[in-house]
Amino acid sequence: MPELSLEPPRGPQPANILAVTSGKGGVGKTFVSANLAAALARAGRKVLVLDADLGLANLDVVLNLFPKITLHDVFTGKATLMDAILPAPSGFSVLLAGSGMVEYSRMTPEVREQLQKVINEVTPRFDHVLLDTGAGISDVVLYTVSLAGEVLVVATPEPTSLTDAYATIKVLATTQGRRRLGLLVNQTRKPGEGRQVRQQLQQVVDRYVNPNLDSPVRLELVGEVPADPAVRDAVLRRQLVLEWLPGTPASLAIVAAAAKLLQP
Amino acid sequence: MVALIDFADCHPLAAVWNSGPAPRSPLDRPAIPVSPPSALQLEKALQLLGAAGHDAPGGAPGSPGYLQGLIDALVELSSRDALTGLANRRAFELALEREIDRVARSGEPALLLTLDIDHFKRVNDTFGHNAGDSVIKAVATALLDSVRPMDLVARVGGEEFAIILPNCATAFGAAVAERVRRRVEHMPVVVGPGQEIAVSVSIGGAFAPQWVRSTPALWVERSDQQLYRAKRQGRNLVQLEPTAVSVVSSEEKRLLFDTFQHHDED
Repeated sequence: MPELSLEPPRGPQPANILAVTSGKGGVGKTFVSANLAAALARAGRKVLVLDADLGLANLDVVLNLFPKITLHDVFTGKATLMDAILPAPSGFSVLLAGSGMVEYSRMTPEVREQLQKVINEVTPRFDHVLLDTGAGISDVVLYTVSLAGEVLVVATPEPTSLTDAYATIKVLATTQGRRRLGLLVNQTRKPGEGRQVRQQLQQVVDRYVNPNLDSPVRLELVGEVPADPAVRDAVLRRQLVLEWLPGTPASLAIVAAAAKLLQP
Repeated sequence: MVALIDFADCHPLAAVWNSGPAPRSPLDRPAIPVSPPSALQLEKALQLLGAAGHDAPGGAPGSPGYLQGLIDALVELSSRDALTGLANRRAFELALEREIDRVARSGEPALLLTLDIDHFKRVNDTFGHNAGDSVIKAVATALLDSVRPMDLVARVGGEEFAIILPNCATAFGAAVAERVRRRVEHMPVVVGPGQEIAVSVSIGGAFAPQWVRSTPALWVERSDQQLYRAKRQGRNLVQLEPTAVSVVSSEEKRLLFDTFQHHDED
């Protein structure tokens, strides 16, 4: 079984909050969040995945979690935050938004405040907090991303995903002043395709975005995950591919991405 | 024979007209006679309308046409700011909701401008409240003159205004905002016999997010943040939120994909 040989965290540090976002839905954001969390947990880190897709949650489906106490229960005072932090089978913790909570698809100031409070309370307890944002670049998604120190944009190599990832990058650069963005390319079809995609996006950013900014946006390739039938099989089994087939190419790629994230 | 009018449940007046003991069936609903007119208390409404310069509604008093005219006129009255005739805050908030809905469905960009007369208190304190009113009316006129008929200009506070510009492209929005600022700046306001002063406005603006349904509160907040920036940076200034250019142009797409295709063929 591949082990990550990494030094343990040095003393109490503020949790690293990473927003995992994509623009387009269906590119594997949740898959990436959950498996990255598992890989980081294996490296000895305390990890929380916060399913911040307040409109329509799905992390619970991927992880086969039941029963579930959600952020909605916390927001309505039916449960405490501690109650809502659920242990996932793979060594990390999960905080679920709550499915079908349509009212939270509108980012009212109240929801914003509540979300901020939740973040403030949980981040001291973990080494890493992964925010699995919703799809698209709505107010909710943008606000959620704004709570994070780091951003990981997930994209697949096909046109609509690339367009949406590019739009997301533009929005984050202009409205949040972000200059360093991580990129993970999922479902690549050949080795090196991730690097090509990063280069593509960087090229367009250099031509159309950076000239209007005070300092340039730089995309960093955090990982490329190859298209791998094991991923879909794992989903059908309601298991993380990292757990079920740690040696499959997708799993190895996730472990490498986690290692990249942990580099100083 | 008295003509009876029975309002269906979906009619806006149903809640008023159809009150009474719960009907056993729709046909049982108690109907309220609309004529003779002496059954309705219309004097207050007509007085208010008269004071606001509206004519009395046409048609036989008490007839449905008359009532509709009365209702329409009252709606107008309660949607407008008395001093300037601009839309008032209530109407503005309704319009914001509608615009957000429209943007969410059509994807067309819409711009919200929030404006504040600079140093307004000073005008009031120096020249009196009548002068203040003159300034407000003059600014209102300047705003109306600077925008398209489809744009909604509202007075939402003492010296605060807002403009909703539907279907407004980025570049156009910047031009309009600047035009407004300049028009107010160059417009002398009479505040007394032979006394003219110059006023200015600070303007903040934000485009409605084109991706999904936002909320009026959030849109206004973003525009107000820009207004605050304009004030802080010296007033008599326009600050628009840097457009979250989530729109990917065809040039950008071409560069994104063409080179990509090229790689694919390797």
